[in-house]
Amino acid sequence: MSQKFQESMSLAKPESPDLSVKEKVSVFIGLTGLFILIVSLFNLEFPNTSLFLILALGCIVLGVTTFSNQRYLNKSKGIKNDAVWFKSISSKGLLGWMTGVSLTLFYMVLYFYPNLLGLGQKGDANTGMIALFDPLSKLLNGHQASQWFVYGTLYTVGILVFGYKFMLKYRHNRYQQLRTGSVMFFQLAFAFLIPELMSRLNSESFSLPYYDFKSIWPLNYYNFEKYRIDEFINAGNIGLALLVFGVISIFIITPILTYKYGKRWYCSWVCGCGALAETVGDPFRQLSDKRQIAWKIERWVIHSVLVFVILMTTAVVYSYLGKDTSEYWLTRKVFLALVGGLLSLVFALTLLFKRHALGKDAHYGAIGYFAIIISLIGIHFLDSQSTLFLFKAETLRTAYGFIIGSIFSGVIGTGFYPIFGNRVWCRFGCPMAAILGFQQRLFSKFRITTNGGQCISCGNCSTYCEMGIDVRWYAQKGENIVRSSCVGCGICSAVCPRGVLKLENGNLNGRINPNSILLGNDVNLIDLLKR
Amino acid sequence: MEHVVIIGNGISGITAARYIRKLSDKRITIISAESDYFFSRTALMYVYMGHMKFEHTQPYENWFWKKNNLELVNDYVKTIDTKNQTLYFESGSSLKFDKLIIATGSKPNKFGWPGQDLKGVLGMYHKQDLERLEKLAPNNKVCKHAVIVGGGLIGIELAEMLNSRNIPVTFLVRESSFWNGVLPTVESEMINRHIISHHIDLRLSSNLKQIISDENGSVKSIVIEETDEEIACDLVGLTAGVSPNIEFLKSTDIEVSRGVLVNRHLETNIPNIYAIGDCAEQREPIGNRRPIEAVWYTGRMMGEVVAQSICGHKMTYNPGHWFNSAKFFDIEYQTYGWVFSKPKEGHSHFHWKHPDDTKCITIEYNTVTNKFLGINTFGIRMRHETFNTWLNEKRDIDYVINHLREANFDPELYKCYEKDILMAYKNQLQKV
Repeated sequence: MSQKFQESMSLAKPESPDLSVKEKVSVFIGLTGLFILIVSLFNLEFPNTSLFLILALGCIVLGVTTFSNQRYLNKSKGIKNDAVWFKSISSKGLLGWMTGVSLTLFYMVLYFYPNLLGLGQKGDANTGMIALFDPLSKLLNGHQASQWFVYGTLYTVGILVFGYKFMLKYRHNRYQQLRTGSVMFFQLAFAFLIPELMSRLNSESFSLPYYDFKSIWPLNYYNFEKYRIDEFINAGNIGLALLVFGVISIFIITPILTYKYGKRWYCSWVCGCGALAETVGDPFRQLSDKRQIAWKIERWVIHSVLVFVILMTTAVVYSYLGKDTSEYWLTRKVFLALVGGLLSLVFALTLLFKRHALGKDAHYGAIGYFAIIISLIGIHFLDSQSTLFLFKAETLRTAYGFIIGSIFSGVIGTGFYPIFGNRVWCRFGCPMAAILGFQQRLFSKFRITTNGGQCISCGNCSTYCEMGIDVRWYAQKGENIVRSSCVGCGICSAVCPRGVLKLENGNLNGRINPNSILLGNDVNLIDLLKR
Repeated sequence: MEHVVIIGNGISGITAARYIRKLSDKRITIISAESDYFFSRTALMYVYMGHMKFEHTQPYENWFWKKNNLELVNDYVKTIDTKNQTLYFESGSSLKFDKLIIATGSKPNKFGWPGQDLKGVLGMYHKQDLERLEKLAPNNKVCKHAVIVGGGLIGIELAEMLNSRNIPVTFLVRESSFWNGVLPTVESEMINRHIISHHIDLRLSSNLKQIISDENGSVKSIVIEETDEEIACDLVGLTAGVSPNIEFLKSTDIEVSRGVLVNRHLETNIPNIYAIGDCAEQREPIGNRRPIEAVWYTGRMMGEVVAQSICGHKMTYNPGHWFNSAKFFDIEYQTYGWVFSKPKEGHSHFHWKHPDDTKCITIEYNTVTNKFLGINTFGIRMRHETFNTWLNEKRDIDYVINHLREANFDPELYKCYEKDILMAYKNQLQKV
């Protein structure tokens, strides 16, 4: 019994089946594109940057698409998970670790040493990789490229080409295809083209902040910072409209859509982080930690980030608001009262209507965090210095930007795809996911329905759940799956060999059914209830 | 404290243990010689195919057993002294029980074929079978060709497994069409075509004559009874069904036939000894169900029933309407109610098949009363609860066809075929 947990049944540890010649050629083409990008880092003077940029991106696109065609179009439609746990890249083998380390290093350089990528210092011309992207940047927004433009371009290209691969992989599944088409569209149009083109409108007298409309606070944690608010307000009606849109996005649009469809409308149909996870990250979804301990950690970490972002944003907004009611109605005190009032309202309503639906620890967590927020605000009212909550707003902002914005969502969230799975950030860190998850768990029509007694506990659903939900735990008992972390990607339903799982929006009654009796056993329910 | 001992840690035994623990604080011991922890047998194929690791087939984490005070023993029960209520193990130790649940499952059938015990011949049932398969057929260089004997659910799964590692497979099926003892001809033939489309060498109406050995006692080839054709191979999979795994009971006074004989309370002839799951044989038939049902969910249901009985709420095993499911390569199959390969007397079949040859349904109904009796569905998922309700309400086929949309369980945004089915239904009725 004390025998060590068996790693794999496979004694020979068979390597992945060899690539076909055409697949090898595709890989070669794709790597050539990547190679041009790497070469560009060494500051070689390309004779014609536009040509080489087209060549680099073109090779990547061509490589991935022809590889996908080879891999999937010659085979029957259906689940394509053969050898996933034998391949080095998708089972934390050498290739997986190498990819993880490379990605992590790339993120470190991107966030903290963009000059290494060739970012021109203080208005100087770009060199290296960033210079390679200058032609495209000038074409779209009229300026030379920044490291974020390079990143945005690669990010978008990644989602588009791997989205194509994903759509071929799941070409028997319309839910997967439409969902992937949706994230590809939102990334290309909303996150990339529209903001870039919008910045063309900017002039000396008119300037809008870079705004990806689908990136909603608190994921977009900097949306209400002073410089952006100033820009919004100075840009007249359009700016004001955008600011209002930012506020109603989180307070009105989000709750309504989440009520109707669950958090999936955002996390796996719209969100850019989700888009990358579902496309580029798809080969790593099985690596998410399924242990119960991971779930316990997840709940504490993600909700801590949520509290952090609320405190930080409150502090930042507070710091630039005035004190004088005659200047503007929204003063510091009014603002704090609004925040406190809103949180208290949410808290009270939840306890009033959903007390029974919360587990014990959720109770403790809610009461604890609520107490912290209220007491911190209370401290302010007592001391009324220029600092809020013991820390300076600016300190909180930088800390959040560094720890959560850069390290967690970027370096760990994406760099560690091949080690921890593709949704580490969404599962453990994203404050937007925490808010949506809270709504999904308590105020939504969404659930995953299980199909009576058909489950055979095989575990495909749990293995391929990128959020680390032990789907089987519920399915084998005939229980609906109503979990705050579920992003509704629908893969559990796709990989189920017995047709047990279905994502549905339905009646609120009986949505959570912990005492359901498995169909098949004809029992006298009245008798059973009497016991 | 009463000591409940369960032999077998499959779905039946584990379900019994879980429910007894829910209902009581009795001492519970679970015995298995196959594996330390409960795993899903039906998922072994996915381990070989690389979809999962073995640990993923275990529905409960390893801490679960200790936390719920379920004692696990890894040993093989040699015999049972029913008078003194004692088990004797192969290791030499023994264990006393107050209540005993026999849940030892099945073993693959062997029909006395010459060469059936050679090296390279295996069934596909136990964890150890998978370990052997991994050794014998790690890739298509070690195993250049495999032959599967027996056209049932395990046979087609083994074909899919070997296919995933590009090992060429010859599939011997005794019947004239795959699983046509269960499936109506239209469906069975559709599955034949699907098997062949996956490059399986499907041989219908073919029996195994013998397995020929090489000089080392390993499989060299097999011979087909009907044609005397010899097929060279490195692996032979025997998948001609399973039967109760109860040899160790032969010397005891527990009454057995093919399986351990039980009444509707799952009690054997000896007080305080119960049998559940694949190894149990019903003394009295239950509806159209066979006396021995090697099905995942009946094991689970029996586990629950026996747990209730042992904890003082005596319960009758009363499986409701028949249902089942399987997957044939890429085609999912579900069935609710009874559809026979040939309609029973006074019954008829309504068929609908999609032109792409991967989706079809068959409904069996009574030709006089039009009562709906059952549905087979391929490539379209249906909702168990809805069909259960319709069967309870004794709906007729008109009602079922007209309300089929309510029973659809395909993922959202999928194409629906209810209109096509309704059209086909109207056309067929007009012809009659």
